[in-house]
Amino acid sequence: MDFRTCVNIQKEWDIVGARQFGRDFSKKLGFGIVDQARIATAISELARNIYLYAGSGKICFDEVENVGSRGICIVAIDTGPGIKDISQVMEDGFSTSGGLGAGLPGVKRLMDEFDITSKTGEGTEIRVVKWVR
Amino acid sequence: MAKNLKEILVDNSNDLVHMWLEEVAEKQKEVTNSAISQDLFENTNREFVNIIFGSVEKESLTSDLDSFTERVINLGWPLSYLTDGLQLFKRVAIEFLIEHEELDVSVPKVLRHVDELVNPIINQLVNEYSGSWENTVSLQRVALQELSAPLIPVMDNITVMPLIGTIDTERAKFIMENLLDGVIKHHAEVVLIDITGVPVVDTMVAHHIIQAAEAVRLIGSTCILVGIRPEIAQTIVNLGIDLSKFPTKSSLRKGFTTALEMTNQMIVQTNSEEQTIEELIDSLDRSEQS
Repeated sequence: MDFRTCVNIQKEWDIVGARQFGRDFSKKLGFGIVDQARIATAISELARNIYLYAGSGKICFDEVENVGSRGICIVAIDTGPGIKDISQVMEDGFSTSGGLGAGLPGVKRLMDEFDITSKTGEGTEIRVVKWVR
Repeated sequence: MAKNLKEILVDNSNDLVHMWLEEVAEKQKEVTNSAISQDLFENTNREFVNIIFGSVEKESLTSDLDSFTERVINLGWPLSYLTDGLQLFKRVAIEFLIEHEELDVSVPKVLRHVDELVNPIINQLVNEYSGSWENTVSLQRVALQELSAPLIPVMDNITVMPLIGTIDTERAKFIMENLLDGVIKHHAEVVLIDITGVPVVDTMVAHHIIQAAEAVRLIGSTCILVGIRPEIAQTIVNLGIDLSKFPTKSSLRKGFTTALEMTNQMIVQTNSEEQTIEELIDSLDRSEQS
């Protein structure tokens, strides 16, 4: 898939960069202020996961279209250690880093579509979509 | 022989300067920068080339070079202006030397000699430039840290910590330390943490706030989280973050009222009858609410 823009995540401040870009992008697509905050928060979670667990990766943005509606598609790609048990990380309250463990299940609730593929030792790819209402 | 090459360059400096200025002007056309006036640009170019010649002639770095670089940095011109200028100078000098009739030196030697003359200047410039950037960045980091976690004792026993901007790990640590130090120092019973200026509250930020509030509770004070904007409230609910362990309020004003109640204090306005009545109504409202 060809993405319009990608933001590399290497330092903690790159999270802010990705978030800011996502916010501007979603504003341009016509999202309301609450959805902008949701999208920015989801990007923040995804980018922080990359920074914390994989070390480096990227967040890609694209516009998607469906019959009569537009949306934002965000893909977080890393080549980190991967996730061993996906069903476990999708549970509320599970964390290996002492956090709240609300990250991924939270992102799923913040967005409309959520896809995760991960292979141990190869990396993780998370694709989320939010439609303009 | 090496001396000769340098002498040829210096002797023909007028021609070289002319060629260089033309090349730079040509280059400038490609990347037109409308913000810089033509006069300023030409003057700077002339000065730049004189400084290059000064350095080449003495085969050492002059103090003129330092002050010139400093000025270019202050003007905010890009580093590429300087490096491009020097690369062009190299090209001009090499072309000129190779085409020079009375020269019996092989081409590689010419290249090497010109490199030896010009490269120290490039290195010096790049060092100076990046040094100035590093300096700026570290200063800004300090400035940011000074802003990052202010603690304001507004009344006896009530302290406010307004948070503005992004919270990263380093800042979260700083906030926690400052908060606890401040609570002890100001004998605060109630601390209001105002997150109006925090653009995004994700799980990490929430986690740090929860930890800070818990730590404040451990030393015997109460934390009230204020300034939760409606969109932030929705994302917090979506994320499934549990903030029920401590009181939260939508605005600093409401939080402050609660804090006053908790510390058995109240603000009384004197010498205005009307306002006293207003306050009476206010307090009635309040008792209705609670």
